[in-house]
Amino acid sequence: MANKRIDEPTGTETVGHEWDGIEELNTPLPRWWLWTFYLTIIFAIVYVILYPAWPMVDKATEGVLGWSSRGQLAEKMSAAEQAQQGFRDQLANIPIERLPDDSALMARAVAGGQAAFKVHCTQCHGSGGAGDQKLGYPNLNDDAWLWGGDLKAIEYTITHGVRWPDDDETRFSQMPPFEGALDDAQINAVIDHVLSLSGKAQPNAAGAQIFGDNCAACHGPQGKGGRDVGAPNLSDAIWLRGSERDALRRQILGPRMGVMPSWGERLDPVTIKMLAAYVHSLGGGEDFVEVAEDPEVKVDEQP
Amino acid sequence: MSNPDNPNKDRDWSVVLEDGVAKTNEPVSSATASTGAPTQRHEPHEPPRTQMPEKLYEKRKAVHNKRIDGPFRRFKWFVMFVTLAIYYVTPWIRWDRGPFAPDQAVLVDLAHRRFYMFGIEIWPHEFYFVAGLLIMAGIGLFLVTSAVGRAWCGYACPQTVWTDLFQHIDRFVDGDRNARARLDKAPWGPKKIARRGFKWSIYLLISLATGGAWILYFADAPTLFHDFFTLQAPMVAYATVGILTLTTFTLGGFMREQVCIYMCPWPRIQSAMLDEKSLIVTYKDWRGEPRGSLKKAKKDPEHFGDCIDCNQCVAVCPTGIDIREGPQIGCITCALCIDACDRVMKDIGRPRGLIDYATLEDCREEALGHPAKPVWKTLLRPRTLIYFGVWGAIGAALLFALGTRTHTDLTVSPDRNPPYMLMSDGSIRNSYTLKLRNMESRPREMVVAIEGLPGGKMWTDTIGADEAAATQSFNVPADQIRTVRAYVVAPRDATSREFTFRLTSQDEQRETDTVETRFDAPAGGS
Repeated sequence: MANKRIDEPTGTETVGHEWDGIEELNTPLPRWWLWTFYLTIIFAIVYVILYPAWPMVDKATEGVLGWSSRGQLAEKMSAAEQAQQGFRDQLANIPIERLPDDSALMARAVAGGQAAFKVHCTQCHGSGGAGDQKLGYPNLNDDAWLWGGDLKAIEYTITHGVRWPDDDETRFSQMPPFEGALDDAQINAVIDHVLSLSGKAQPNAAGAQIFGDNCAACHGPQGKGGRDVGAPNLSDAIWLRGSERDALRRQILGPRMGVMPSWGERLDPVTIKMLAAYVHSLGGGEDFVEVAEDPEVKVDEQP
Repeated sequence: MSNPDNPNKDRDWSVVLEDGVAKTNEPVSSATASTGAPTQRHEPHEPPRTQMPEKLYEKRKAVHNKRIDGPFRRFKWFVMFVTLAIYYVTPWIRWDRGPFAPDQAVLVDLAHRRFYMFGIEIWPHEFYFVAGLLIMAGIGLFLVTSAVGRAWCGYACPQTVWTDLFQHIDRFVDGDRNARARLDKAPWGPKKIARRGFKWSIYLLISLATGGAWILYFADAPTLFHDFFTLQAPMVAYATVGILTLTTFTLGGFMREQVCIYMCPWPRIQSAMLDEKSLIVTYKDWRGEPRGSLKKAKKDPEHFGDCIDCNQCVAVCPTGIDIREGPQIGCITCALCIDACDRVMKDIGRPRGLIDYATLEDCREEALGHPAKPVWKTLLRPRTLIYFGVWGAIGAALLFALGTRTHTDLTVSPDRNPPYMLMSDGSIRNSYTLKLRNMESRPREMVVAIEGLPGGKMWTDTIGADEAAATQSFNVPADQIRTVRAYVVAPRDATSREFTFRLTSQDEQRETDTVETRFDAPAGGS
């Protein structure tokens, strides 16, 4: 530049520009700064050689160390799985009937089930397992069970699902629609009778007659339900799809029945065992009516 | 930077005429300068700035303090013995706490998050006791400083104690002041290398013992001691010992008074807390000045003061200062100069106390010929009394809190999702997570009762629903927290309300804790 000169008081060269009489000193960068800057360049070069750096079309350049964040994750996951292996083996070797006897193992199973529940079950049953009355997802905290509430029954339900077409052993039942089969007065009579079972309406003799003819086969003569067919108990305080007359009418005319996938296809038996333990621990779990003297020890296969 | 080729080098810069106004380059005193002066720019016509003459770095002069004996030196020996004994013996004291707690009297159990001190056990949530102790230590230092100056620095500070110890090692290996100074100057040869090697090995051993004793406070001392030498101790133990050995070796062996003068913040704080009423080590210049040797004083007794300029006070000083220059940051008030001066005064038959513990105010009074104030009057003044009052009040509050604290605690956290649950018989259930804390070193039976919830019953994750009742009993392991999932049911007509969990320990103490929490029910009942 043309106008470079040495600034007299400081002894430093100017950059050579002048704006309205204001000049700028070309003060050199501090050495420590400059060296740090050079070091960062060297660091960057070494980094590019060692680690993935340049984004290419489908993936980034691979560093000579072969490191990748996915690889690191896989490593950590496998380390975590290894750490759990002993506990999973233990769980695989214990029949679920005997699980409550081992409170430490049970506690770990519940904790593991809680984690698995958050991943697989909360979408329908809610994060607290409270279900949804409008959509008919059962509440898992209470003591009303459609298909049985002991550990083994819960495990079976999770493994095979409910009305899941791809599983031959799935829990299955079907309530026929009474649309057209009953006239309006008859339906009202049945609704009266059903509500009277839990004290919500006056008894209705005609309704009792219709109920006995059409419903008692599954729901039982007293409306106590039947777990072998997943028929809800109509005499308790819990209503899967609401206790209003309209809700009952809709359910009689065109029943909606819940579907749950069979998780045996997607989850390993140990995880299902943990899920069963967690659901059982939510507060409504039932004891076994009778536990076989020495339940068959079946070792679950591991994934 | 000045340009060497400046053509105006020989010009007279003292006055510059600019636009007909004479501008001088005489320095402007800050007392007379205008407020804008410090920010005025350096004009091109002004002479180049010169470097500041002072150096910010002062090279260390080795301190070779001379051996001395006297009351203060003996007191220093005593304090050194006591503090070192406390440091090394404490971890080995045993204290029986029963089978469920460690039997070490003083133990900072970081792994299990417990702090044991004889009969007291502190949990992490009670850390305010430790904070309180630290506050007491801080105010205690204020108290001591306002009363007797830097007594902490002079006698009890670890840096002082270890420096003292290392200086004794110097004397033991190399001889007294003059011999040590000679050896310092001597060229390196086999003899000097052997001597230094021997001395530094002793340094290293002391440092190792210092770092080694520290870790014994954090684990069972006999076990760790054994493990340490059989190479079974955890890595962190070796790392800690290594670091502390290194710091002791450098700080005690080599840096010594440099730590007090340059590194430690406490002398700076203390110099702000000292006033003319604090007892400090003072040279009574009104009595000592002008200094003169015995010979000179004999010739002209009227002219010279008591100080014979023998420099003994400087020779014995562990930080190498001259106390006759007045109070200064390097003085740790160890009073060894008093011992030295008193001895000289005795030898030459003059009264003791030319250098003495005195307040600056007393010195002034004495100089004017007034009688000296008694020591207790010096100590009992509002400032020390207020410090003592605050210090004592905090101590009493801590003791009170310690005496009345309970060893049981209950915390309750209600489930928020779902907030309540309808049961098939129409009753309403809420779930809670209870934490029962047992701070005694023995297992205890505890009873949890529901109060203020009509018809309320509970069961838990370990007690079945068929045994639901308004009170349940739990066995809480020694020195632990037991977590309980509690399911509380109330009849179908229950409404949302506050109720209480009451925890009662089933032993002679009958300690209780209550927690108010909420029972949620559907609005308007079901």
